[in-house]
Formats: sequence, C-alpha cells, structure tokens
Amino acid sequence: MTQKNRLQSGGRIDRSKPLTFTYNGKKFNGFLGDTLASAMLANGIDIVGRSFKYSRPRGIVAAGAEEPNAVLQLGATEATQVPNVRATQQELFNGLVSSSTNGWPSVETDLMGTIGKMGGSMMPPGFYYKTFMYPKSLWDTYESMIRKAAGLGRSPLESDPDTYDKINQHCDVLVVGGGPAGLSAALTAARSGARVIFADEQNEFGGSLLSSKETLNGAPASEWVNAVVEELRGYDNVMLLPRSTVNGYHDHNFLTIHERCTDHIADIAPAGQARQRLHRVRAKWVVLATGAHERPLVFANNDVPGCMVANAVSTYINRYGVAPGNELVLMTTNDSGYQAALDWHDAGRKVVAIVDTRQNPKGDRVEASRQRGLNLITGSAVIEVQGSKRVSGVSVAPISADGNKVTGSVSKLSADTVASSGGWSPVIHLSCHTGSRPVWNDDVVGFLPGPTVQKQLTAGAINGSYSTSTALFEGLNAGLKAVAEVGLSASEVMLPKAEEVNEGAPMTLFHIPHLKPTSQAPKQFVDYQTDVTAAGIEVACREGYESIEHVKRYTAMGFGTDQGKLGNINGMAVAAKALNKTIPETGTTIFRPNYTPVSFGAIAGRDCGALFDPERYSAMHKWHVARGAKFEDVGQWKRPWYFPKPGESMKEALNRECLATRESVGILDASTLGKIDIQGKDAREFLGRVYTNAWAKLAVGKCRYGLMCGEDGMVFDDGVTSCLGENHFLMTTTTGGAARVLEWLELYHQTEWPEMEVYFNTVTDHWSTLTISGPNSRKLLAELTDCDLSNENFAFMDWKQTTVAGVPARVFRISFTGECSYEINVQANYGMHVWEKLFEHGEKFNLTPYGTETMHILRAEKGFIIAGQDTDGSVHPFDLGMGWCVAQKKPFSYIGKRGMAREDCVREDRKQLVGLKTTDPKVVLPEGAQGVLDPKAPIPMPMVGHITSSYWSANLDRSIAMGFVKGGLNKMGEKVFYPLADGTVVEAEICSPIFLDPKGERQNV
Amino acid sequence: MQHYSGFGLFKHSLSHHENWQRAWRNPTPKKKYDVIIVGGGGHGLATAYYLAKQFGVTNVAVIEKGYLGGGNTARNTTIVRSNYLWDEAAHLYEHAMKLWEGLSQDLNYNVMFSQRGVLNLGHTLQDMRDIERRVNANRLNGVDGEVLDPQQIKEIVPHMDCSENTRYPIMGASWQPRGGVARHDAVAWGFARGADSHGVDLIQQTEVTDLIIEDGTVVGVKTNRYGDIKADRVGCVVAGNSSVLAKKAGFELPLESHPLQALVSEPIKPVLDTVVMSNHVHGYVSQSDKGDLVIGAGIDGYNGYGQRGSFPTIEHTVQAIVELFPMFSRVRMNRQWGGIVDTCPDACPIISDTPVKNLFFNCGWGTGGFKATPGSGNVFAASLAKGEMHELAKPFSMFRFHDGALIDEHGAAGVAH
Amino acid sequence: MFHIYCPHCAEYREEEEFHASGQAHIARPLDPEACSDKEWGEYLYFRKNPRGIHHELWVHAAGCRKFFNITRDTQTYEIKEVYKIGEQPSVVAQSGNSK
Repeated sequence: MTQKNRLQSGGRIDRSKPLTFTYNGKKFNGFLGDTLASAMLANGIDIVGRSFKYSRPRGIVAAGAEEPNAVLQLGATEATQVPNVRATQQELFNGLVSSSTNGWPSVETDLMGTIGKMGGSMMPPGFYYKTFMYPKSLWDTYESMIRKAAGLGRSPLESDPDTYDKINQHCDVLVVGGGPAGLSAALTAARSGARVIFADEQNEFGGSLLSSKETLNGAPASEWVNAVVEELRGYDNVMLLPRSTVNGYHDHNFLTIHERCTDHIADIAPAGQARQRLHRVRAKWVVLATGAHERPLVFANNDVPGCMVANAVSTYINRYGVAPGNELVLMTTNDSGYQAALDWHDAGRKVVAIVDTRQNPKGDRVEASRQRGLNLITGSAVIEVQGSKRVSGVSVAPISADGNKVTGSVSKLSADTVASSGGWSPVIHLSCHTGSRPVWNDDVVGFLPGPTVQKQLTAGAINGSYSTSTALFEGLNAGLKAVAEVGLSASEVMLPKAEEVNEGAPMTLFHIPHLKPTSQAPKQFVDYQTDVTAAGIEVACREGYESIEHVKRYTAMGFGTDQGKLGNINGMAVAAKALNKTIPETGTTIFRPNYTPVSFGAIAGRDCGALFDPERYSAMHKWHVARGAKFEDVGQWKRPWYFPKPGESMKEALNRECLATRESVGILDASTLGKIDIQGKDAREFLGRVYTNAWAKLAVGKCRYGLMCGEDGMVFDDGVTSCLGENHFLMTTTTGGAARVLEWLELYHQTEWPEMEVYFNTVTDHWSTLTISGPNSRKLLAELTDCDLSNENFAFMDWKQTTVAGVPARVFRISFTGECSYEINVQANYGMHVWEKLFEHGEKFNLTPYGTETMHILRAEKGFIIAGQDTDGSVHPFDLGMGWCVAQKKPFSYIGKRGMAREDCVREDRKQLVGLKTTDPKVVLPEGAQGVLDPKAPIPMPMVGHITSSYWSANLDRSIAMGFVKGGLNKMGEKVFYPLADGTVVEAEICSPIFLDPKGERQNV
Repeated sequence: MQHYSGFGLFKHSLSHHENWQRAWRNPTPKKKYDVIIVGGGGHGLATAYYLAKQFGVTNVAVIEKGYLGGGNTARNTTIVRSNYLWDEAAHLYEHAMKLWEGLSQDLNYNVMFSQRGVLNLGHTLQDMRDIERRVNANRLNGVDGEVLDPQQIKEIVPHMDCSENTRYPIMGASWQPRGGVARHDAVAWGFARGADSHGVDLIQQTEVTDLIIEDGTVVGVKTNRYGDIKADRVGCVVAGNSSVLAKKAGFELPLESHPLQALVSEPIKPVLDTVVMSNHVHGYVSQSDKGDLVIGAGIDGYNGYGQRGSFPTIEHTVQAIVELFPMFSRVRMNRQWGGIVDTCPDACPIISDTPVKNLFFNCGWGTGGFKATPGSGNVFAASLAKGEMHELAKPFSMFRFHDGALIDEHGAAGVAH
Repeated sequence: MFHIYCPHCAEYREEEEFHASGQAHIARPLDPEACSDKEWGEYLYFRKNPRGIHHELWVHAAGCRKFFNITRDTQTYEIKEVYKIGEQPSVVAQSGNSK
C-alpha cells in the first residue's frame, strides 16, 4: 500500500526507517516517528471504529490523549493483547498488530450500523430506564442483548508475560508537561540545583512546539527545545521521563507517573526489561504545565470520518508529514483555528473555505489567510456535513451574531475534510484530583484550576495563557517560585524570543445551529465515544436532569475512555443553553485519576503471585516440605496442616497423628505463635490490667494461661504468659493475633498508663518452638537434656532454663493437648538442629510430627478454645464457660471487666459455648452448622447457635464438637438439631466440652 | 405520571422526543410538611416514595443540598446481596432483596437489577468455616445460598485463577444466585420520580443548615434558600454527613466517616458474568453492562470527608484483582473515585429514634448501603409514618451501643460489602 | 497518600508506615465501675467525627511503634500539626467543628 496522504517532506518522522504494521489483517507501511494514528492517516484509513450505541463509522479526530474514536485492540499474540489503545498515543513499531474493536462483519461494512440508523431514534438518553421492564420475566433476555453490545476491546485470555516495576521518588520540583511552559520551568529549576523530575506523556519533549512551524529566536523552535533538553540531560539533579504520564495527583503532593518503557518497541517487553513502570513521587513542589485541548464544534453529522479538530490537522501535517485529506473546510470561532488552514495550504493541499463564525474577524492569521488568497466566509458556520464513510461535502450558512440561529440560505461545498475549532480547554485534570474545584473563567471560555492546598504551581495554557511567549514566561516564574520555596537561589535563565501573533477576540460558541431544531436535525455529537448528542442533552434537561452531573450520568457523557476531554465543556454549554443558565451555573466538572488509563499490571507492580503477601516460614519449614506436609495459611505464615504418608488420606493421617500423640509422643512446630517479651518494674501490674485473670502472685519459673478482652468485654486473644524474672515476662499470643496484641499493649501503655515502667518487644522470630506432647514426651526429652524432668522438680505450668541437644533452651511444661507436654524454645537458628535431634532419639517412641489439624483435634478433645475459631468478637469469657479465668477481686478495673457487665452481656439466654455429641457417634457435624430446637419449624427458623469446632476423634472413636447454644450452659443433656444443606437433620446432645480426661490427670503425670 | 414503555418510546421517537415530561417537578417548598426527609440520596428518596405510596403520607419534602442521588448512591459499586450472618441483618437485607426483585415494575423505571449471582471467596480454613456458618444461617433464614468448591467456582467464573498456584488459593465460596448488581443512578431517579408522582416535594440545591428543636422536640429545619420549614417529623438520611447533622441536634453518633474508594477499567467485551468478592485478598469485581470492570476495596483507615482516599489502597486492591485474574494485568484502569461512608463499630446501620423527639436517623450503612436501599427506605418510611420503629428496624437502634446489643457483621461485611 | 511527620523519629515518612487509630484524647474513665452502661457505651463508641479540624491518634506501626497525635483537616486532608501523647493541640476548630 502506498501512503497516499504522506507529504514529500517535513515532519519529525524518519523516512529512512520504514516500518510495517497490520490493521484489521492488512499490512501497511509507516515510518519511525509515526504514531499508529498518523500512519493510519498516511495510508488513507478513514474508518477506525464503529460507535458504541449507533454503530456509526468513526475516524480519527484528534492527535493526542483527547482522541475519542481511534481506540484499537493491540497485540500479536493472545497473551499480549491490550484493549482500547488510543492510536494517537501509540508509537508505531515494526510488526505492530492492531484491529478495530466494533463492527460486524467488519468495521467497513457493519450490519449493526443499519440497525443503528433505523433504531437510533428509539435510543434517546436513558432509553433503557424506560423500557425492557415488561414482561418482567424477559429482563434476563433483554440484558443479555444489552451486554452483547458492551465493551470496546477485549481482555487477553492468557496471563500477562510481562513484568512491571515501581519506583519511589522524591524531588524538589516535579514539572508536568514538556511544552514551552514546562521546558522553561524545568530549566529554571534545574539550573538552580533543585532535584527535578520532568515528565511528559509523549516520546519527546516539546509539546505544542513539535507540531507547529513557529520559531524561537528566529530559528525553528525545535532547535531551542533540543538545546534545553540536552542541557537538562547533562544535570545529575534532573530526571527526564518521556513517555511518562503523570496520571494521578494525590494528597500531600504525592503523584503517580505511568512510564511506558517498551510499548514503543514491541507488544512484549525485551527479556529482562519491565514493560512499564509506575513512579510514586513525593514532590516538594509541582509545576503543572499540562497545556490545553482544542474543542471541536458541535454540528450536524460532525462525526463523519474526515471531521477533525483543527489543531490535530496541523499536528499531522507539521509533526508527522501527513495531510489527512485533499480538500479542507475549516470552521472556527477564533484565530488559532486558522493555523490548520494555513498549514494545509502550505502543504500543497486545497483549502476549500475558512468558515469563521465571527462577523468580522481580525488578526495576523486571518490576514495571512487572506494573503494566501484563501476563501474566507465570515459570519457563517458549517451547519451540516455530508457523507457517510468519509466527508463528501458541507452545508454552510450564515448565522446570527449570537450564534443561536441560521440566518440565511445554505450553500454546499465539496470537501473531504472538515476541521473545527471552538477554542481551547485548559488541561486542569490533575489539579482537580485532590479535591480542588475548578473555576470558570469567561475570558478564557473555560475552567481554570481552582484554589488548592497542595504545593502546586501552574504555567502556560493550563492557565489559559495560550501564546508561546506567555507560556515561556509563566514557566520561568513557576520555576523561580518553586526554587525559592525549596530554599535554593535561582540562576539566570534567558527566555528565547517567540513570534508575537496578534489575535482577534474569539466568539463564545459551542453548538452550531441548524435549520431544524436540535431534536430534528441530523445528529450533532458532543461526546463521540459514548454517542451523546446535543439533542440527547436537551432531552435530559427537558426531563428534569438539570444538574450537569445528572446530565452526564443520564446521557453517559464523559464516561468513555477519554473521560470527555473533548466533549465535556461542549456538553455543559448545550445543557446551559437548554436550561437558560450559564455554564458554571450548571455545575463544574470534576476530574478523577487517571488522566489517561493505566494498566492494572503497572499498578500491581511485582506484588502478585508469591509476592502478593510475604510468606513466613519457621526454621523447620524445609523439613516439613521434605516430609510432604500439607500447609495451611495462618496470617502470613505457612504452617504444616498435616503430614500424610504416601497413599494416606487426610483422615487416615489425622487418626494416626492423634493416636500416636496420645499413645506415645507427637511433635508440633509451634514457632509461629506470637511471642512478646515484657520487662519493667510494672510489667506484672500491666499484665493484670490487660488480662482478665490474676497475675499478682505468679512466681518466677511459673506459667499461666490468660484471656485478653477488649473494652467491650469480648475475647480477642489468649495465650500463656510465663514469669521469667520478677520484672520479666514472656507473653504468647495466637499466630494471627501477634501484631495486633503488641500494638494493643503499646496503645494502653503509651496513651493510658505512660507512668508505668514497662517495655514490650516482639520476639516471635527469635525463637523456634518445638512442642513434644504425649506420655513418652518426658522420656524423649530426658535423652537430650540434663535437666531434672521429674514431676516434683518440673511440674505442669513450670518452665526451666536448660540445655536441649546441646543448645540453650527455655522449656515450658504447658499443654494444649492435655498430655504431658514440653514446649522447647531455642534460638531460631538452632531450631532445625534440635528438631532433627528429637527425631533421632524419637524413632523408638514413634515420634510423630503433626500439624495444625491434629493440634485442633487434640485440644478439642480437651475443650480448649481457639481464639478466632471458637470466638468471633461477640463472646465474653462467661459465654465461653471460662468464668474461672475472670478475676473478680483485682483492685484495678482491668480491660474488659466493665464491658462484660453491660445489660446485654449479662442476659441469661446468651449464646454459650458447650460440647456437643451427635446421637450417631459416626456422624461428624460440619463446622458452621446452625442449631435449632425445633427442626420442623417453618423458615425462617429460630437458630440457637452454630458449631465452631467439629472433628472425628480417633482417641474416643466418635465425633466431637463444640458450639454455641443459647443458654447452653444450663441445658446439659438437652438436644439440639442441625438441619444441613442436604436436607438431613443431625441430632446432638449438649455436654461438657471436655471430652477426654475431665480431671486433667494426663498432663500432670 | 407519564408511563414508560417500549411502545411509549416508539411514540416519542415520532415526535423527536420533544414531548417527554419532567421526571420530577422542581417545586418551591411549602411552609410545613408532615415529614421532612433531609437528604435526597437513594435511601432518602426511597423513604419518601414508600411514605407516600405505601403509608399514605404524601405531605412530604425531601431536602437535598446538592442534586438527587449525588452522594454514595452515585459512587458505589452497585452490588446487591442479602447473605448476611446475623438474623437481624439478614432479615433487613432480605426484605430489601424482595423489594429489589419487583422494583423496576413497581417504579415503572428500569433500575436494571441484574441477578447475576454473588460469590464470596474463601481462601483459608477459617474463611471456609465462616462461609459455612453464614450460608447455613442464610438458608434457615430463607436467604438463598450455597457453598461451592473450587471446581464449581471455576464453572461459574472460568477466567479466575482457581489453581493451587496463587499466594492464597481459593478454597471455596458462598454463592448467592439472587444477588447481583443494579444501575445505581436509576435507583435514585426511579424513586425520585415515583415519590414526586405521589406528591412528594423534592427540593434540590438546598442545604439544611440547622434543625429547629423546641423543648427536646424537633419542629422543623432551617435551610439556606427557603428559611425555616416546619415539620411534624424529621428523618435524616445524610450518609457522609450524619455526625455533622447530629451535632446540630446536640448529640453524637457512634460513627466514623471514612473514605471508600472504587475504580473502573476501560470497557471491555464481557468476560465476567457474576460478582466476585474476596475479603481475604481485599477486593471485589463485577462487569457492568457497559463493559467496565467495576472494582472496589476496603475503607481507608482515617476519617475523611474528601471523597478521596490514599493510593496504596488502590494499589492493594488492584493487586488482589490481578492475583485473582492474572489476565486482567493488561487491561487498563480508567477512573477511580471515593465516597464517604459512615461506619458503625459493628458494621451494621443505625435506623433509629434519637434523644430528640420526632427526629429520626437512618445512617451508618458503612460500605453496605446501596444494596439495602429499598428495604432501608421501606422500614424507615414505616417508622416515620407511625412515629415508632418498624420491627425490622428495632435491632438497629443507636441505643444498642449503650446496652451492648451489637450485631457484629464485620465477618460478613468485611471489606467487600 | 499522606506524608506524616513522626515526632519521635523526627522525620517525614509515608502513610504506609502508619496506622490511624481513631479520635485522640479519649481518656479511659478512671473508675469504669462507676460508669453507667450509657457512659461506658459513649466512651467505647461515640465519636466527634467532625468535618474539618480533627485531632486523631496515629501510630508509627512500621517504624518506632510510638503513638502520637495529629491535627488534620478531614476535608482537605491537610495535616496542621503533630504532637506527642500528653500534649494538647495548638490548632483547634473555630466555633464548633463545621467548616
């Protein structure tokens, strides 16, 4: 294919570096320096998509982030698909594969377009709120039809092969936008030695200077741009970020920059490189030099391919060497629009007419057009476009001075391209992100950044300062101010001399009148991507959707992937006119991050998969893995769940582990339990305040179980705390609760009782905890220690400092199984050594490793609770039948005491934790089953409580369960029924939760 | 009221849609109403609608400081479900669910309630115990639901990573088929149009600057545009502003207002037909009829009225979504926003009388307000009509924070409401 | 994301290192047993929750583990001051707490 619209010379493309790309299965050529959009235009591709609602053919209208139509699917392979890429922002690379997203059977001949033409009149805004309601039963069918039309591009169906990085940055000055204002701001800040980050969304700095023929200091502007960029590149204190969009401005001057590192090279990043990076920047000062977007005008059939924004026409000619047509009609309300016609003419193409809505335009560019002999039609407008797949002509008519009606006869002109300019809208998006409301300015005819509490400066077109010289000057000032604010002294910067262009006053006009009323005229599009028309906005207003937010939501204006960059102001103007209000009276328009869309991958960074959340392992983890353990996630920890032998089922493994522990000895890796070292002369008193039971008399060398409650009296953690010295304790917590408990202790110490001398430190990771349990645990331990393990010397709830397997150890004789049990704590890096020694000596005792599941069964046989499983934040110690653990006489009103005395907490019929034995001992109740007293009651059934723990007990050869029953502690022997999902009902009897060894003899042997 | 239908649409297309009536009037307020509702969000408008339609109280004004449905109604992720754990919450939300099921027809306004099912994923053994507990309670309370295993989940959401290879593999889920999504704006507009058609005055762009209280009884409100307006009863339904208004009435509420953030992707072709929620990895996602992936997260930890939160919350949520759906990595996030949610200590709302006579508050919905909209409005309307709390509302009294009868829904509510 | 000055570390650090812990200056009643249920409930749950100037408790959780107070505007999110536990704020809301 030839590039029929490519100019012979000019532009910033490299004609010596041809590239090929594919669009809708056909191969085309472009050059290095092209965007996908400029290459498509060069090749004469008119139709780039079909519209969302009406399936109308659409072409490229803009040249940057504001493009609403050229939204394509990219990617050569399934895994590298990217939906909704704006062709105007995608640099061309060799082998790029793209396709349009809507249209069937093809974007050129779309059958839906026919339906759109016929049914379009049936689809005013909000039409779906008014229909598809009857009959009710058909809604699902209706909705599936609506859904078929959803979406633009498609998600890849395979996992992303690329990686994404994040980088945290600090700087003195972040300059956003690389046009003349940004360049002068960055240069000023850089020369003063400030740490500068300078970001621009495009592949090269220069902004508007890249797309015009204007001069600086009498030379092409690009020479000055190159010199500045070269100078900046030379500074160590400056980071240049091209291809990087500042997409979010958050509180306290935190900004995110989305850098596309490799999207201009290929659709998959080269090996070892991240595809994109997200910079998380904390900037002392921010200079927003984000420029402005030109507004197209709203006129009949203004969406026919060939209709473009005036400035885009200049950009394609000047920057990319592409004239996107042959015969141009320009419609403008202002002087700047003329530049498109001048550039078109200078590119050797035919300017059919310049249609100026003003009666009597004056200005340098107007004069230049006259000098070139261009056909200038004043006081008129293009009221309608002819053509379907490409503009074929326009209707031009005189309009009134206020722009509200057509005042004369219509003449037709032949043309293939219509450029329009309705003035400019400052790019204020970032300034809105932190909640600053923009302010309408009648002179600028647009919204300007509002007052802000951020350390933010603005320069150039974002302020409505559209001339290059003003932009340069404001950039300089912003740079000076930022430099001064960060305490640096400014260096001198000489600004280049820009061309001075005299401009006449613009006309405030957005919506071009038609011979017919708006409701009957051909469609006049406001928001292309969401197919919102001027008539649609009028309908919304007529129906009472008067606030601009209502209008936007009712019509979907601004809800496309371009977020209404082209259409929002025009839409507000149409609504204002319909409501007989001013634009600011209809509301303001607030922008949210992102400025342009950002890959989820870039936001997620590397924090997925294994790095989604850190995995914590004990020192014996490798051993567990080698033994084929199955693991359970507890908090961030990977804990062994059970240790199946080859061929063994889970149930078989658990039965074996349970029996071996009660018959001989089992071992549990309990290292994950939270451990907090507590010291200080008030440590003991402190414990008494945070635990519900008494601590005053716990002697050195003794251990005690404690319950911890919130101020509401509800249990939130539990564990054993040991007295290591008179003023020294070791607290253990649940595995998942460790961090929370430590913060809780610190909170009370620091905020309520700072006078207490007590210190806390987490020591969870310092220790490996190896728990041996069972009748042979003493014999086993005796082989590895010199410590006197006799019951007399080392009783239940004692702890000893000793040596185990040659390693210093704290051994705690505490038990979560009800067996004689020793928790051996050694320095974490000795854990594996001691573990292996225990196994060396334990073989003759059939030492059996067990995991959390057997731990759960063995403790349930003894009726011990697990905080978090048998509690849920709504139960106090008495509900758990653990009143024995609540001191009544402690002088200090400890945390939880008052809470559990509230009216609702002393009700008789509270749910209370009890044991439950199924009538059929072989039936294991599912955990979570809900109990009822009358299984035949109608739905909704009154429920009395749920099963919290339930297991098959191999030791008891029956099922056991714990659960809540209303008033259960006074209902021993009564029946509860559990209606299950499969329709069966399990009957169970309320009993003590201590199923085994009720007197607790085994742990005391 | 002009009846909406496909045929009507056709008729109007013949006259170029020039003859559509206003969906609601723009009235000047009267001097006195039987009931004033402060707050024109979904809940307030629903309250007004049911007051007028079901309870015959038509001398009602809704006073809204901005535009109708402009608060959290316009900012939520539109999920509707009723699978709450505790009886009191389940009954309230199921009451709402039953109203949702006929709402479009009742309002003659298509709120696009789409019962595409809601999955709540479990990633740990404790998650699964909680899911079993909740689903069993739901079933016995007459709320639909079942527990699914990863294979069954895969059949419903084929593109989700249900393998063992993730950091927190999916172990199962609860599944409520009647749950789904609705078009949030349409809910507010439908209720507004319905209320207006029964004579309710909807007063927009008018701020209630104070409550007029005489001898411990509320007798009206002060407004910035229309001066004093009298009322026999006042119902405040001002999510994100409840504490501020309560202070004017002279009492505090057990509320903290937090930012809650949400985001959408660019529209893509349908790939996800249900709502997927995960408390454990902190994220939830559904796909709208327009094609956007609608994604939400947990609240930010600090108080905030700024309708925006902190970026790490967004990052964490997106990580969760990419973890669940690795293929979405190359899909792009279009827009994020924030709402202000009034959270209660027990993650349940307050629908309550107050220390001031004839003054009622409906607030504290936290992250769970949208799904309750019709039910909340309905029971609040019943309470305002009679001057005493509806049976379903009684457990949600603000005074439960005195006697301790909390309804702790943190488990069921979690992040992903 | 907030940029928070930790008065104990004497450094600005990112919000990710901190936890917000609710309203500041809520003292535990010295004699809980003397509190009515209502009073205890108010201590536990009832909060000012202002729109505007707010004094709140934060903890440098991933840093020094110290708690401290922040005066912050809940509307603009500006941090007006940080001060240690036991100190009183110097920035307070004008006439009530509404902005």
